[in-house]
Amino acid sequence: MFARKSHRALAFLGLAGGLFLLTFADAIWLQGQRAPELVGESELAARLELTDLCLFTEARYTRHLSQADIHSAFQDHPVALEHFPSGSLVTPPRALTIDHANLDRKTKIPD
Amino acid sequence: MRTWIEKQKYLIDFTLSSLARRKVKNLGLLLIYTGIVFLLASVMLFTHALRREAAKVLAGSPDVIVQRMVAGRHDLIPASYLGKIGAMRGVQKKEGRLWGYYYDPLRKANYTVMVPPAATAALVAPGRIAVGAAVARGLGLTVNAEMYFQSYSGKPFSSTVANTFSSESELVSADLVLMSEEDFRTLFDYPAGQYTDIALSVANPQELRNVAAKLAGRLPDSRTILREEVLRTYESIFNWREGIVLVLLSGAVLAFAIFALEKASGLSADEKREIGILKAIGWETGDVILMKFWEGALISLTAFLLGYTAAYLHVFRLSSVLFEPVLKGWSVLYPRFELVPEVDGFQIATLFFFTVFPYAMATIVPIWRAAITDPDSVMRG
Repeated sequence: MFARKSHRALAFLGLAGGLFLLTFADAIWLQGQRAPELVGESELAARLELTDLCLFTEARYTRHLSQADIHSAFQDHPVALEHFPSGSLVTPPRALTIDHANLDRKTKIPD
Repeated sequence: MRTWIEKQKYLIDFTLSSLARRKVKNLGLLLIYTGIVFLLASVMLFTHALRREAAKVLAGSPDVIVQRMVAGRHDLIPASYLGKIGAMRGVQKKEGRLWGYYYDPLRKANYTVMVPPAATAALVAPGRIAVGAAVARGLGLTVNAEMYFQSYSGKPFSSTVANTFSSESELVSADLVLMSEEDFRTLFDYPAGQYTDIALSVANPQELRNVAAKLAGRLPDSRTILREEVLRTYESIFNWREGIVLVLLSGAVLAFAIFALEKASGLSADEKREIGILKAIGWETGDVILMKFWEGALISLTAFLLGYTAAYLHVFRLSSVLFEPVLKGWSVLYPRFELVPEVDGFQIATLFFFTVFPYAMATIVPIWRAAITDPDSVMRG
Protein backbone atom coordinates (compact mmCIF):
# COMPACT_ATOMS: atom_id res chain seq x y z
CA MET A 1 0.00 0.00 0.00
CA PHE A 2 2.86 2.35 0.85
CA ALA A 3 5.12 1.26 -1.97
CA ARG A 4 4.94 4.67 -3.63
CA LYS A 5 6.64 7.72 -2.12
CA SER A 6 3.50 9.81 -2.64
CA HIS A 7 1.44 7.33 -0.59
CA ARG A 8 3.95 7.42 2.23
CA ALA A 9 4.13 11.24 2.17
CA LEU A 10 0.34 11.64 2.11
CA ALA A 11 -0.04 9.09 4.91
CA PHE A 12 2.51 11.01 6.98
CA LEU A 13 0.73 14.30 6.31
CA GLY A 14 -2.57 12.64 7.23
CA LEU A 15 -1.04 11.43 10.49
CA ALA A 16 0.34 14.90 11.27
CA GLY A 17 -3.07 16.39 10.42
CA GLY A 18 -4.74 13.83 12.70
CA LEU A 19 -2.43 14.77 15.57
CA PHE A 20 -3.17 18.45 14.88
CA LEU A 21 -6.92 17.80 15.11
CA LEU A 22 -6.37 15.67 18.20
CA THR A 23 -4.95 18.71 20.01
CA PHE A 24 -8.38 20.37 19.70
CA ALA A 25 -10.10 17.33 21.18
CA ASP A 26 -7.48 17.23 23.93
CA ALA A 27 -8.04 20.94 24.62
CA ILE A 28 -11.75 20.35 25.16
CA TRP A 29 -11.07 17.35 27.39
CA LEU A 30 -8.45 19.25 29.42
CA GLN A 31 -10.82 22.20 29.83
CA GLY A 32 -13.27 19.86 31.53
CA GLN A 33 -10.54 18.26 33.64
CA ARG A 34 -9.01 21.52 34.82
CA ALA A 35 -12.26 23.48 35.24
CA PRO A 36 -12.60 22.63 38.98
CA GLU A 37 -9.06 23.88 39.62
CA LEU A 38 -9.87 27.13 37.86
CA VAL A 39 -13.05 27.55 39.93
CA GLY A 40 -11.04 26.85 43.09
CA GLU A 41 -8.46 29.47 42.10
CA SER A 42 -11.15 32.05 41.31
CA GLU A 43 -12.89 31.40 44.65
CA LEU A 44 -9.64 31.73 46.57
CA ALA A 45 -8.78 34.96 44.75
CA ALA A 46 -12.24 36.39 45.52
CA ARG A 47 -12.19 35.23 49.16
CA LEU A 48 -8.77 36.70 49.90
CA GLU A 49 -9.33 39.75 47.63
CA LEU A 50 -6.23 38.90 45.59
CA THR A 51 -5.42 41.27 42.76
CA ASP A 52 -2.56 39.60 40.92
CA LEU A 53 -1.14 36.38 39.57
CA CYS A 54 1.92 35.01 41.31
CA LEU A 55 4.07 34.93 38.17
CA PHE A 56 7.21 36.82 39.17
CA THR A 57 8.17 36.94 42.83
CA GLU A 58 11.52 38.64 42.33
CA ALA A 59 10.40 42.27 42.73
CA ARG A 60 7.31 43.88 44.22
CA TYR A 61 6.34 45.71 41.05
CA THR A 62 6.37 42.45 39.10
CA ARG A 63 4.69 40.40 41.85
CA HIS A 64 1.76 42.82 42.00
CA LEU A 65 1.70 44.19 38.49
CA SER A 66 -1.62 45.94 38.82
CA GLN A 67 -0.76 47.60 42.15
CA ALA A 68 2.64 49.00 41.26
CA ASP A 69 3.20 52.71 40.94
CA ILE A 70 5.10 53.94 37.92
CA HIS A 71 8.25 54.67 39.94
CA SER A 72 8.56 51.34 41.70
CA ALA A 73 10.69 49.81 38.96
CA PHE A 74 13.32 52.45 39.69
CA GLN A 75 13.13 52.04 43.42
CA ASP A 76 16.73 52.10 44.58
CA HIS A 77 17.87 55.67 43.98
CA PRO A 78 16.93 58.59 41.72
CA VAL A 79 18.89 57.49 38.65
CA ALA A 80 18.48 53.74 39.25
CA LEU A 81 17.89 51.52 36.27
CA GLU A 82 15.20 48.90 36.23
CA HIS A 83 17.18 45.69 36.50
CA PHE A 84 14.99 42.69 37.29
CA PRO A 85 14.80 40.22 34.39
CA SER A 86 11.01 40.03 34.45
CA GLY A 87 10.90 43.80 33.98
CA SER A 88 11.78 43.15 30.35
CA LEU A 89 8.86 40.74 29.99
CA VAL A 90 6.07 42.92 31.29
CA THR A 91 5.00 46.52 31.01
CA PRO A 92 3.78 48.93 33.69
CA PRO A 93 0.08 48.76 34.66
CA ARG A 94 -2.04 49.68 31.66
CA ALA A 95 -3.95 52.39 33.51
CA LEU A 96 -0.76 54.27 34.35
CA THR A 97 0.56 54.45 30.84
CA ILE A 98 -2.82 55.30 29.36
CA ASP A 99 -3.42 58.09 31.88
CA HIS A 100 -0.09 59.67 31.11
CA ALA A 101 -0.86 59.70 27.42
CA ASN A 102 -4.21 61.31 28.15
CA LEU A 103 -2.76 63.98 30.39
CA ASP A 104 -0.25 64.79 27.70
CA ARG A 105 -2.97 65.51 25.20
CA LYS A 106 -5.26 67.33 27.61
CA THR A 107 -2.69 69.78 28.85
CA LYS A 108 -3.68 73.43 28.33
CA ILE A 109 -0.23 74.91 28.79
CA PRO A 110 1.97 74.43 25.72
CA ASP A 111 5.37 72.87 26.36
CA MET B 1 -11.00 12.96 -11.70
CA ARG B 2 -9.12 9.68 -11.29
CA THR B 3 -6.60 10.76 -13.91
CA TRP B 4 -6.15 14.08 -12.13
CA ILE B 5 -5.48 12.34 -8.81
CA GLU B 6 -3.01 9.95 -10.47
CA LYS B 7 -1.25 12.91 -12.07
CA GLN B 8 -0.89 14.66 -8.70
CA LYS B 9 0.46 11.46 -7.17
CA TYR B 10 3.09 11.15 -9.90
CA LEU B 11 4.01 14.79 -9.39
CA ILE B 12 4.40 14.18 -5.62
CA ASP B 13 6.53 11.10 -6.35
CA PHE B 14 8.74 13.19 -8.59
CA THR B 15 8.92 16.08 -6.09
CA LEU B 16 9.93 13.74 -3.26
CA SER B 17 12.67 12.18 -5.37
CA SER B 18 13.89 15.64 -6.26
CA LEU B 19 13.86 16.66 -2.56
CA ALA B 20 15.69 13.45 -1.64
CA ARG B 21 18.56 14.42 -3.94
CA ARG B 22 19.26 17.38 -1.59
CA LYS B 23 18.36 15.45 1.56
CA VAL B 24 20.49 17.27 4.15
CA LYS B 25 19.56 20.73 2.93
CA ASN B 26 15.85 19.97 2.82
CA LEU B 27 15.76 18.13 6.15
CA GLY B 28 17.60 21.04 7.77
CA LEU B 29 15.10 23.41 6.23
CA LEU B 30 12.17 21.38 7.55
CA LEU B 31 13.70 21.22 11.02
CA ILE B 32 14.30 24.98 11.26
CA TYR B 33 10.90 25.75 9.76
CA THR B 34 9.21 23.44 12.31
CA GLY B 35 11.24 25.10 15.08
CA ILE B 36 10.05 28.58 14.07
CA VAL B 37 6.41 27.47 13.98
CA PHE B 38 6.91 25.73 17.36
CA LEU B 39 8.35 28.86 18.95
CA LEU B 40 5.71 31.21 17.58
CA ALA B 41 2.84 28.83 18.41
CA SER B 42 4.17 28.21 21.93
CA VAL B 43 4.32 31.93 22.70
CA MET B 44 0.88 32.43 21.16
CA LEU B 45 -0.79 29.56 23.04
CA PHE B 46 0.91 30.37 26.35
CA THR B 47 0.12 34.08 26.38
CA HIS B 48 -3.44 33.59 25.17
CA ALA B 49 -4.21 30.90 27.79
CA LEU B 50 -2.57 32.94 30.55
CA ARG B 51 -4.52 36.05 29.65
CA ARG B 52 -7.80 34.11 29.64
CA GLU B 53 -6.95 32.45 32.96
CA ALA B 54 -6.06 35.81 34.53
CA ALA B 55 -9.39 37.27 33.41
CA LYS B 56 -11.30 34.37 34.97
CA VAL B 57 -9.29 34.14 38.18
CA LEU B 58 -9.20 37.86 38.88
CA ALA B 59 -12.86 38.47 38.07
CA GLY B 60 -13.57 38.42 41.83
CA SER B 61 -10.83 40.86 42.86
CA PRO B 62 -11.93 44.04 44.73
CA ASP B 63 -14.02 46.52 42.72
CA VAL B 64 -11.94 49.51 43.75
CA ILE B 65 -8.64 49.79 45.61
CA VAL B 66 -7.57 53.09 47.10
CA GLN B 67 -3.83 53.65 47.52
CA ARG B 68 -2.33 56.66 49.23
CA MET B 69 0.58 58.17 47.33
CA VAL B 70 3.50 60.12 48.77
CA ALA B 71 5.77 61.73 46.16
CA GLY B 72 4.57 59.31 43.51
CA ARG B 73 5.04 56.23 45.65
CA HIS B 74 2.57 53.91 47.31
CA ASP B 75 2.40 54.69 51.05
CA LEU B 76 0.46 53.52 54.11
CA ILE B 77 -3.10 54.78 54.30
CA PRO B 78 -4.48 55.98 57.67
CA ALA B 79 -7.68 54.39 59.00
CA SER B 80 -9.14 57.92 59.11
CA TYR B 81 -9.41 57.74 55.29
CA LEU B 82 -12.18 55.18 55.77
CA GLY B 83 -14.09 57.97 57.52
CA LYS B 84 -13.17 60.47 54.78
CA ILE B 85 -14.64 58.15 52.19
CA GLY B 86 -17.75 58.22 54.37
CA ALA B 87 -21.06 56.92 53.25
CA MET B 88 -20.67 57.18 49.51
CA ARG B 89 -23.68 56.19 47.45
CA GLY B 90 -23.17 52.84 45.76
CA VAL B 91 -20.34 51.72 48.04
CA GLN B 92 -21.45 48.52 49.75
CA LYS B 93 -18.40 47.79 51.83
CA LYS B 94 -15.09 49.44 52.62
CA GLU B 95 -12.26 47.77 54.41
CA GLY B 96 -8.58 48.45 55.10
CA ARG B 97 -6.26 45.75 53.73
CA LEU B 98 -2.96 44.69 55.24
CA TRP B 99 -0.37 43.08 53.04
CA GLY B 100 3.32 43.39 52.28
CA TYR B 101 6.49 41.52 51.45
CA TYR B 102 8.86 39.58 53.62
CA TYR B 103 12.35 38.83 52.36
CA ASP B 104 13.75 35.59 53.71
CA PRO B 105 17.53 36.13 53.79
CA LEU B 106 18.24 32.41 54.24
CA ARG B 107 16.28 31.28 51.19
CA LYS B 108 16.77 34.60 49.38
CA ALA B 109 13.06 34.41 48.61
CA ASN B 110 10.29 37.01 48.74
CA TYR B 111 7.00 36.07 50.35
CA THR B 112 3.75 37.99 50.07
CA VAL B 113 2.40 38.33 53.59
CA MET B 114 -1.34 39.06 53.86
CA VAL B 115 -4.07 39.41 56.41
CA PRO B 116 -7.32 37.82 55.20
CA PRO B 117 -10.33 40.14 54.89
CA ALA B 118 -12.64 40.35 57.93
CA ALA B 119 -15.17 37.94 56.39
CA THR B 120 -12.55 35.19 56.18
CA ALA B 121 -10.51 36.16 59.25
CA ALA B 122 -11.28 32.77 60.78
CA LEU B 123 -8.90 31.19 58.26
CA VAL B 124 -5.96 31.97 60.53
CA ALA B 125 -6.01 32.38 64.31
CA PRO B 126 -3.28 34.46 66.03
CA GLY B 127 -0.06 32.44 66.14
CA ARG B 128 -1.11 30.36 63.14
CA ILE B 129 -0.39 30.88 59.45
CA ALA B 130 -1.46 29.43 56.12
CA VAL B 131 1.25 29.17 53.46
CA GLY B 132 1.32 28.77 49.70
CA ALA B 133 2.53 25.56 48.09
CA ALA B 134 5.80 27.05 46.80
CA VAL B 135 6.66 28.40 50.27
CA ALA B 136 5.88 25.04 51.86
CA ARG B 137 7.95 23.26 49.20
CA GLY B 138 10.88 25.67 49.53
CA LEU B 139 11.06 25.46 53.31
CA GLY B 140 9.92 21.86 53.64
CA LEU B 141 6.95 22.96 55.77
CA THR B 142 4.04 20.70 56.66
CA VAL B 143 0.97 21.31 58.79
CA ASN B 144 1.89 22.03 62.44
CA ALA B 145 5.49 22.91 61.54
CA GLU B 146 6.97 26.17 62.87
CA MET B 147 7.98 28.96 60.49
CA TYR B 148 10.54 31.46 61.76
CA PHE B 149 10.78 35.12 60.84
CA GLN B 150 12.97 38.01 61.87
CA SER B 151 10.54 40.68 62.99
CA TYR B 152 11.12 44.34 62.03
CA SER B 153 11.60 45.23 65.69
CA GLY B 154 14.53 42.81 65.75
CA LYS B 155 12.85 40.16 67.87
CA PRO B 156 12.48 36.59 66.58
CA PHE B 157 8.97 35.70 65.60
CA SER B 158 7.48 32.30 64.82
CA SER B 159 4.13 30.90 63.77
CA THR B 160 2.65 27.46 63.40
CA VAL B 161 1.53 26.36 59.95
CA ALA B 162 -2.22 25.72 60.25
CA ASN B 163 -2.66 24.71 56.62
CA THR B 164 -1.14 24.99 53.18
CA PHE B 165 -2.86 26.13 50.00
CA SER B 166 -3.42 23.41 47.45
CA SER B 167 -0.93 23.10 44.64
CA GLU B 168 -3.79 23.60 42.12
CA SER B 169 -4.06 27.24 43.19
CA GLU B 170 -0.35 28.03 42.85
CA LEU B 171 -0.90 30.57 40.12
CA VAL B 172 -2.41 32.93 42.72
CA SER B 173 -1.13 31.58 46.03
CA ALA B 174 2.39 30.14 45.53
CA ASP B 175 4.22 32.74 47.66
CA LEU B 176 1.42 33.66 50.08
CA VAL B 177 1.81 33.67 53.85
CA LEU B 178 -1.54 34.37 55.44
CA MET B 179 -1.56 35.57 59.07
CA SER B 180 -3.81 37.32 61.57
CA GLU B 181 -3.83 41.14 61.85
CA GLU B 182 -2.24 40.97 65.28
CA ASP B 183 0.68 38.85 64.02
CA PHE B 184 1.10 41.01 60.91
CA ARG B 185 1.41 44.19 62.97
CA THR B 186 3.89 42.51 65.35
CA LEU B 187 6.04 41.05 62.54
CA PHE B 188 6.38 44.29 60.58
CA ASP B 189 6.16 46.62 63.58
CA TYR B 190 3.30 48.11 61.57
CA PRO B 191 1.98 51.42 62.91
CA ALA B 192 -1.45 51.15 64.57
CA GLY B 193 -4.30 52.79 62.69
CA GLN B 194 -2.62 52.38 59.30
CA TYR B 195 -3.40 50.05 56.42
CA THR B 196 -1.65 49.12 53.17
CA ASP B 197 -4.63 50.17 51.08
CA ILE B 198 -8.42 50.26 51.18
CA ALA B 199 -10.69 47.91 49.21
CA LEU B 200 -14.20 49.04 48.28
CA SER B 201 -16.99 46.98 46.85
CA VAL B 202 -19.52 48.74 44.67
CA ALA B 203 -22.93 47.18 44.09
CA ASN B 204 -23.57 48.57 40.64
CA PRO B 205 -20.74 48.29 38.09
CA GLN B 206 -22.17 51.33 36.27
CA GLU B 207 -21.40 53.41 39.38
CA LEU B 208 -17.69 52.51 39.42
CA ARG B 209 -16.53 55.50 37.39
CA ASN B 210 -18.60 57.89 39.52
CA VAL B 211 -17.25 56.40 42.72
CA ALA B 212 -13.69 56.72 41.41
CA ALA B 213 -14.30 60.35 40.41
CA LYS B 214 -15.76 61.17 43.84
CA LEU B 215 -12.83 59.45 45.56
CA ALA B 216 -10.38 61.54 43.54
CA GLY B 217 -12.17 64.64 44.86
CA ARG B 218 -12.30 63.54 48.47
CA LEU B 219 -8.83 62.02 48.68
CA PRO B 220 -6.60 64.05 46.35
CA ASP B 221 -3.41 62.36 47.59
CA SER B 222 -4.69 58.90 46.65
CA ARG B 223 -5.08 56.90 43.49
CA THR B 224 -7.82 54.44 42.74
CA ILE B 225 -7.35 51.16 40.93
CA LEU B 226 -10.54 49.78 39.42
CA ARG B 227 -11.01 46.07 38.79
CA GLU B 228 -11.24 46.71 35.07
CA GLU B 229 -7.77 48.28 35.26
CA VAL B 230 -6.43 45.18 37.02
CA LEU B 231 -7.97 43.03 34.29
CA ARG B 232 -6.64 45.34 31.59
CA THR B 233 -3.14 45.05 33.04
CA TYR B 234 -3.33 41.29 32.59
CA GLU B 235 -5.04 41.63 29.24
CA SER B 236 -1.93 43.41 28.00
CA ILE B 237 0.54 41.09 29.72
CA PHE B 238 3.10 39.66 27.31
CA ASN B 239 1.62 41.81 24.62
CA TRP B 240 2.73 40.92 21.11
CA ARG B 241 3.98 44.42 20.52
CA GLU B 242 6.01 44.74 23.71
CA GLY B 243 9.01 43.42 25.53
CA ILE B 244 10.72 40.13 25.03
CA VAL B 245 7.93 38.70 22.90
CA LEU B 246 8.74 41.30 20.27
CA VAL B 247 12.43 40.36 20.40
CA LEU B 248 11.57 36.67 20.09
CA LEU B 249 9.14 37.33 17.30
CA SER B 250 11.37 39.62 15.31
CA GLY B 251 14.24 37.11 15.56
CA ALA B 252 12.05 34.29 14.33
CA VAL B 253 10.43 36.38 11.62
CA LEU B 254 13.80 37.64 10.38
CA ALA B 255 15.20 34.12 10.24
CA PHE B 256 12.14 33.08 8.31
CA ALA B 257 12.41 36.05 5.97
CA ILE B 258 16.02 35.06 5.18
CA PHE B 259 14.78 31.59 4.28
CA ALA B 260 12.05 32.89 2.07
CA LEU B 261 14.35 35.43 0.42
CA GLU B 262 16.99 32.83 -0.24
CA LYS B 263 14.35 30.77 -1.97
CA ALA B 264 12.78 33.65 -3.84
CA SER B 265 15.95 35.42 -4.97
CA GLY B 266 16.85 32.68 -7.37
CA LEU B 267 17.25 29.01 -8.06
CA SER B 268 20.44 27.03 -7.86
CA ALA B 269 22.07 25.99 -11.15
CA ASP B 270 20.95 22.40 -10.45
CA GLU B 271 17.33 23.42 -10.05
CA LYS B 272 17.44 25.53 -13.22
CA ARG B 273 18.93 22.65 -15.23
CA GLU B 274 16.25 20.33 -13.85
CA ILE B 275 13.50 22.66 -15.05
CA GLY B 276 15.16 23.04 -18.45
CA ILE B 277 15.35 19.27 -18.90
CA LEU B 278 11.74 18.80 -17.78
CA LYS B 279 10.57 21.39 -20.29
CA ALA B 280 12.74 19.91 -23.03
CA ILE B 281 11.22 16.46 -22.56
CA GLY B 282 7.75 17.87 -22.85
CA TRP B 283 6.57 19.08 -19.42
CA GLU B 284 4.28 22.07 -19.59
CA THR B 285 4.86 25.25 -17.54
CA GLY B 286 1.76 24.38 -15.49
CA ASP B 287 3.19 20.97 -14.59
CA VAL B 288 6.49 22.45 -13.44
CA ILE B 289 4.69 25.00 -11.28
CA LEU B 290 2.40 22.31 -9.89
CA MET B 291 5.39 20.17 -8.98
CA LYS B 292 6.98 23.07 -7.12
CA PHE B 293 3.64 23.85 -5.48
CA TRP B 294 3.67 20.33 -4.05
CA GLU B 295 7.21 20.83 -2.82
CA GLY B 296 6.25 24.03 -0.98
CA ALA B 297 2.98 22.59 0.30
CA LEU B 298 4.54 19.36 1.60
CA ILE B 299 7.35 21.15 3.46
CA SER B 300 5.29 24.02 4.86
CA LEU B 301 2.28 21.88 5.85
CA THR B 302 4.48 19.32 7.58
CA ALA B 303 6.36 22.09 9.42
CA PHE B 304 3.12 23.79 10.45
CA LEU B 305 1.33 20.64 11.64
CA LEU B 306 4.32 19.23 13.53
CA GLY B 307 5.36 22.64 14.95
CA TYR B 308 1.87 23.45 16.21
CA THR B 309 1.28 19.99 17.71
CA ALA B 310 4.64 20.13 19.51
CA ALA B 311 3.82 23.64 20.80
CA TYR B 312 0.45 22.46 22.13
CA LEU B 313 2.08 19.56 23.97
CA HIS B 314 4.80 21.85 25.31
CA VAL B 315 2.39 24.47 26.69
CA PHE B 316 -0.50 22.36 27.96
CA ARG B 317 1.01 18.96 28.65
CA LEU B 318 4.54 19.85 29.72
CA SER B 319 3.72 23.07 31.66
CA SER B 320 5.75 25.27 29.25
CA VAL B 321 9.07 23.93 30.56
CA LEU B 322 11.14 25.79 27.98
CA PHE B 323 9.73 29.15 29.11
CA GLU B 324 10.39 28.49 32.78
CA PRO B 325 13.97 29.86 32.90
CA VAL B 326 12.81 33.02 31.12
CA LEU B 327 9.79 33.56 33.36
CA LYS B 328 11.65 32.63 36.53
CA GLY B 329 14.29 35.38 36.21
CA TRP B 330 15.77 35.85 39.67
CA SER B 331 12.69 34.56 41.48
CA VAL B 332 13.40 31.87 44.04
CA LEU B 333 9.76 30.90 44.39
CA TYR B 334 8.12 29.95 41.13
CA PRO B 335 4.59 28.60 40.82
CA ARG B 336 4.00 25.25 39.17
CA PHE B 337 0.89 25.68 37.13
CA GLU B 338 -0.98 23.97 34.38
CA LEU B 339 -2.91 26.28 32.12
CA VAL B 340 -6.41 25.53 30.92
CA PRO B 341 -6.21 25.19 27.12
CA GLU B 342 -7.79 28.16 25.37
CA VAL B 343 -7.34 27.77 21.65
CA ASP B 344 -8.32 30.66 19.43
CA GLY B 345 -9.13 29.59 15.85
CA PHE B 346 -8.42 33.07 14.52
CA GLN B 347 -4.92 33.04 15.99
CA ILE B 348 -4.19 29.63 14.48
CA ALA B 349 -5.44 30.87 11.12
CA THR B 350 -3.15 33.92 11.41
CA LEU B 351 -0.20 31.73 12.29
CA PHE B 352 -1.00 29.46 9.35
CA PHE B 353 -1.29 32.39 6.99
CA PHE B 354 1.98 34.00 8.07
CA THR B 355 4.06 30.83 8.06
CA VAL B 356 2.69 28.61 5.28
CA PHE B 357 1.72 31.15 2.61
CA PRO B 358 4.94 33.17 2.36
CA TYR B 359 6.96 29.97 1.98
CA ALA B 360 4.67 28.50 -0.63
CA MET B 361 4.76 31.79 -2.57
CA ALA B 362 8.53 32.03 -2.26
CA THR B 363 8.87 28.58 -3.83
CA ILE B 364 6.48 29.14 -6.69
CA VAL B 365 7.43 32.65 -7.92
CA PRO B 366 11.06 31.97 -9.03
CA ILE B 367 9.99 28.66 -10.57
CA TRP B 368 7.33 30.44 -12.55
CA ARG B 369 9.96 32.89 -13.82
CA ALA B 370 12.28 30.04 -14.85
CA ALA B 371 9.49 27.90 -16.28
CA ILE B 372 8.21 30.55 -18.72
CA THR B 373 11.63 31.06 -20.30
CA ASP B 374 13.07 29.02 -23.11
CA PRO B 375 14.38 25.57 -22.00
CA ASP B 376 17.59 26.05 -23.90
CA SER B 377 18.52 29.32 -22.21
CA VAL B 378 17.48 27.92 -18.80
CA MET B 379 19.76 24.90 -19.25
CA ARG B 380 22.64 27.10 -20.38
CA GLY B 381 22.09 29.24 -17.20
